[in-house]
Amino acid sequence: MATVYVDNKACEMNPEENLLHGCLSHGFKLPYFCWHPALGSVGACRQCAVKQFKDDKDSQGKIVMSCMTPAAEGTRISIADPEVVAFRAGIIEGLMLNHPHDCPVCDEGGECHLQDMTVMTGHDYRRYEFEKRTFRNQDLGPLVNHEMNRCIQCYRCVRYYRDYAGGRDLNAFASRDQVFFGRSEDGVLENEFSGNLVEICPTGVFTDKTLKHHYARKWDQQFAPSVCVHCALGCNTDAGERYGSLRRIVNRYNHEINGYFLCDRGRFGYEFVNSEARLRQSVLKDRPTSAAAARQYLDQTVANGRVIGIGSPRASLESNFALRTLVGPDHFYSGIADHEAKLVGLMLEILRRGPMRTPTLRDIEESDVVLILGEDLTNVAPRMALSVRQSVRQQPMEAVKKLKVPLWLDHGVRDAMQDARGPLYIATPYRTRLDEVATATFRAAPDDLARFGFAIAHALDSSAPISHETSQDWLMAAAIARALKAAKKPLVISGTSCASEAVIQAAANVAMAANTALSFTAPECNTIGAALMGGNSLSAAFQAVKDGEADTVIILENDLYRRAPQAEVDSMLKAATHVIALDHLPNPTTEKAELLLPAGTFAESDGTFISSEGRVQRFLQVSAPQNEVMASWRWLKPDHWQSLDDVLRAMAKALPELDAACDAAPSSKFRIAGAKIPRSPLRESGRTAALVNINISEPKTPDDPDSALSFSMEGTPDQPPAALIPFFWSPNWNSIQAVNTYQKEVGGPLRGGDAGVRLFEPAPRNGQAYFSAIPRAFSPRQGAWLLVPMYHIFGSDELSLAAPGIRELATKPHVAVNSDEFAEGAEVEVNCAAGTFRLPVMIHREMPVGVAALSVGLSPLVGIQWPTWGKIARAK
Amino acid sequence: MLSILRTIWYVFLHSFQKRITVQYPEQKPYLAPRYRGRIILSRDPDGGERCVACNLCAVACPVGCIALQATEDKNGRRYPEFFRINFSRCIFCGYCEEACPTYAIQLTPDFEIGEFHRKNLVYEKEDLLINGPGKHPGYNFWQIAGVKIGGKDKGEAAHEAAPVDVHTLLP
Amino acid sequence: MTSPHPILSILGVAIVALSIAAFLIWVERRLLALWQDRYGPNRVGPFGLLQVAADSIKIFMKEDWIPPFVDRPVFILAPAIVFVTVLMSFAVLPVAPGIIVSDLSVGLLFFLAMSSLGVYSVVLAGWSSNNKYALLGGLRAAAQMLSYEVFMGLSLMGVVLLAGTFSLPAIVEAQRTIWFVIPQFPGFVLFLIAGLAETRRIPFDLPEAESELVAGYHSEYSGMKFGMFFVGEYMGVSLISAMISVLFFGGWLGPVLPGVVWFFLKMFSFIAFFVLVRAALPRPRFDQLMSWGWKVMLPLALINLLATGAAVLAWR
Repeated sequence: MATVYVDNKACEMNPEENLLHGCLSHGFKLPYFCWHPALGSVGACRQCAVKQFKDDKDSQGKIVMSCMTPAAEGTRISIADPEVVAFRAGIIEGLMLNHPHDCPVCDEGGECHLQDMTVMTGHDYRRYEFEKRTFRNQDLGPLVNHEMNRCIQCYRCVRYYRDYAGGRDLNAFASRDQVFFGRSEDGVLENEFSGNLVEICPTGVFTDKTLKHHYARKWDQQFAPSVCVHCALGCNTDAGERYGSLRRIVNRYNHEINGYFLCDRGRFGYEFVNSEARLRQSVLKDRPTSAAAARQYLDQTVANGRVIGIGSPRASLESNFALRTLVGPDHFYSGIADHEAKLVGLMLEILRRGPMRTPTLRDIEESDVVLILGEDLTNVAPRMALSVRQSVRQQPMEAVKKLKVPLWLDHGVRDAMQDARGPLYIATPYRTRLDEVATATFRAAPDDLARFGFAIAHALDSSAPISHETSQDWLMAAAIARALKAAKKPLVISGTSCASEAVIQAAANVAMAANTALSFTAPECNTIGAALMGGNSLSAAFQAVKDGEADTVIILENDLYRRAPQAEVDSMLKAATHVIALDHLPNPTTEKAELLLPAGTFAESDGTFISSEGRVQRFLQVSAPQNEVMASWRWLKPDHWQSLDDVLRAMAKALPELDAACDAAPSSKFRIAGAKIPRSPLRESGRTAALVNINISEPKTPDDPDSALSFSMEGTPDQPPAALIPFFWSPNWNSIQAVNTYQKEVGGPLRGGDAGVRLFEPAPRNGQAYFSAIPRAFSPRQGAWLLVPMYHIFGSDELSLAAPGIRELATKPHVAVNSDEFAEGAEVEVNCAAGTFRLPVMIHREMPVGVAALSVGLSPLVGIQWPTWGKIARAK
Repeated sequence: MLSILRTIWYVFLHSFQKRITVQYPEQKPYLAPRYRGRIILSRDPDGGERCVACNLCAVACPVGCIALQATEDKNGRRYPEFFRINFSRCIFCGYCEEACPTYAIQLTPDFEIGEFHRKNLVYEKEDLLINGPGKHPGYNFWQIAGVKIGGKDKGEAAHEAAPVDVHTLLP
Repeated sequence: MTSPHPILSILGVAIVALSIAAFLIWVERRLLALWQDRYGPNRVGPFGLLQVAADSIKIFMKEDWIPPFVDRPVFILAPAIVFVTVLMSFAVLPVAPGIIVSDLSVGLLFFLAMSSLGVYSVVLAGWSSNNKYALLGGLRAAAQMLSYEVFMGLSLMGVVLLAGTFSLPAIVEAQRTIWFVIPQFPGFVLFLIAGLAETRRIPFDLPEAESELVAGYHSEYSGMKFGMFFVGEYMGVSLISAMISVLFFGGWLGPVLPGVVWFFLKMFSFIAFFVLVRAALPRPRFDQLMSWGWKVMLPLALINLLATGAAVLAWR
């Protein structure tokens, strides 16, 4: 640590960092725009000026940019010096010259970094009387709104979009005071992480378009800490509500996982919660009924019938466990599709056995060599793709360090680095978005990918098994092996997307041979949790109904048609006398239910998910439900469970492996100085006239028996533990940049540790055996295609598809092949065990011959058991 | 001791002084134009709703008696979808008027809004909106703001230059 | 000498005392308004006179709420005590020759005894309310009333010495030549102050000091129970005013007009004076109140008694 004197006060600062970083970490109010902890310094805005003195005798000093000055030992600076205060006020006055008089109609108003900084510098009166520069806006698609007049030219957007997220279509145009940030023409922003522009932009140029449709100020929203439900990574989010509807999702900083950024599916997919189609009332035999009557019917049916329960990988641990308790462990069936359950089971076995560590996204960012085996990360686990994008900077960064360029000096680093990229190897059946930063790519059928993996493992450790068939890819495998061996922090990523056990085993072999971290992706937000919960297989459930062992089926938040072929599900639902379903949105399964119970989404219920990293995390309800919607576990729970804590206690007792769920967040008894944690930001009055048109007497603030959060602005002003942070705010910092004040050190972990409990810590290496079931090389079949799943960030996820913005961007279902037989875009008929589908064809020249990739999860391409063989023919 | 007696005497002398009470219903007091009474929503000089649903009045309100929801017309002009004031809770402090950036919400010299039922004191937008600019004639927020609305393109507001041609690199 | 129609007298005195107390609600508000340059209640009936009726109806109709945490029997008993003790005192009050419920030979002592008993009402109310403000109010009342009672009794001993009797009609008759206010001026002042303190009127309303103790001992009372404290206070004011006129201003004695008129005239003057004091004076601190009581008033009362005794001895 270096001692820096700030206005003659000695402060310990990290000498690897700049003065702005140090000052903010110490809580000094130093305004800034262009700097961002994740983007580094460029010194563009001149707003963070401080005065630097040679020594304690120097009273003259000189003005320097704190973001461009290292926090070297003995540095003496002043923030309060009148000259530098005037300098900063002058800078902001200049930046504000052209800023429009928009705050009342600007969505950023009230959580605007520019507002905060303007107030911080004391600029409160516009002296400029001349004409203001104006721009025309662009239509950037359904997610992000563009209002260029408000721009202060800090360049954060393009630096994030191009340099950090790897986007190409956002750029700076024109010159001097007319610099314009946008696309070359109107159109949807191509990058999957464009939503972060909303938080990166210090003012209202880029705002959340979904929020615009039902706008509420930050101070008016009621927030709760949440966990993203749109993939298995478990990014931390804060969900904001107003007048009973969910208004938006903002990033909840978690140093270990999402850091400052979310993907667009996670940020904008929330709108399914507000969908018109939402189930908000119990339905018994197609007639709306009361909650009490529904519950009575449920109890009666359960008491009289032979009941089985089918869980869900998108329902919380608590809901799955409540169902398991209701029907009994022997009658509980996991809701994961059979082929997927096998893969996830294998992944869990590998993670439990060790010795590979499952990395956090931060670890992935810091990895210097990455091998991706069979995963299209951008579409399966988008936020992980963003982390992998950062990992390719690790090796060049070593060279930069040797040049003694400080790592925070963004331009310096990029100049030193040029186009150098660290090793990233991608082996998948078809092209992926990350190919553009990959060192080498390898395209093959899943079995060949597995063989490739086995070959790499063998190259690393000759005791690892290898097929004796020769392979032309041996050289590449050896090169990858060499890179992995030389790496300081190597990483292998694999998962379920190839629907191949062999690929997972191969990845495990490589990871074990090279002693790397091993990250698996999983398809849904609680796939890992549901797999750990156990239960019989889904086909066993079908069999039980068919055999007459069961006549009543309770289906928890699960569209079975997405899990199994239509015919099987149809016959099962027909055979069962009573079908009881719980879900948020209507789907083909709920249509067949005799009793349908409205289940709360992540915004209306409390629960716990386990991410693909094996991190147990809690999400909390945003507002007290105003109708009969409630958490599935509340519908299913026995009477003696009063609150979430009771469920968790019972679960820890019944399933000791899941007792970490109790520690995922402090219990409902948690208090800070005797007070709960407020869900709403502090304002003049916690009262509202929202409901007085219905009842003039304002209802009492509802109690929350399940968490340590209160449904009001009343509670502790102190920083809550990371798992319970509903929103980021601190005095003078109204924007999301307030997160700086919640961290131990800016850009570092949150004070008190980050949220979530890791379930799998690496077991020591003690002779874990390699997998040795090497598949035979893939050989194309005459007249038949191996069908593999192809995921889409917008479309493959069931829930986000009900969000209008995501739906608009969703990929049209198609089939991708490498064939001369079909023309691009032609209609073909795909015929496989799950049925016949009429789809447009896309020609992917990079794909192995004999393999076809089908959009997964998009109707009608659901319920397919992967991998499968099928026929493709021109549509008549 | 003496001071106590003197006080009692002075107070007693008040028996012969004029009463200052205003006998209200018969005798109406003068209310200044800036008197803080019943709240109204005013209109632009061109007749459009002035309120842009910025929510500042609602957050400034110390008793939380204002509720509104923003919405936008198809041309981007923002206005309140509903605007509700619960006068049974209003304390007529005038903070809402002070917070209002568009002069939309104004307090008027009318306090005679008594009702027998509290629910009759809940005023909706239809009850609040008047057909005029109130105390601030001539002011039109949209002519000063930078956003584009129906009838006002970019660069047409007060003190605005024509939109930049971003395709030119000329200095 | 006792009234020939005891029941009639009792009823008469009770009704008149209660009516005066009720009427005082209006009188006090009008007088306070007068001295504060306002009108006071002037809307209900002529001169706002029916305000009394409106207030009575209101207070009878109000919910009589007994909080769940109070000591129920004592809580109910307390307001009754204040009412009863003050009414009892009226029994020995000579309004005019022959108009008295009971001409006790120890009438003055009976009055003192009853006013001492009145303390219980306040103390018990404060205690039974189970509320810190009420308890503080009750404690203050106990200390204040006990302290001021001591010299209240002593201040009257001069009158007794001069009249040579404890019987109130006899004391009035003893003033045929000269009102006792002249020879017993210090006694009069002391009794006036002690009387204010006994009725817990401003400036001695520390037991219910609303700016510090919400409403002191009657914080938890509502409806007619509160009303009884309220009416009890006004009856106390009437009683003390009546006693002043009887003991120091010759009661019913006076020229031309009938005795009853003189009595009420004198009594109302003192009631008005009580209101004037309320309009004019602030409330002292509690320690000031106590030190005046013990260090100033008590010695003064003793000196007065000593001087009067010496004078009476010397005279004879």
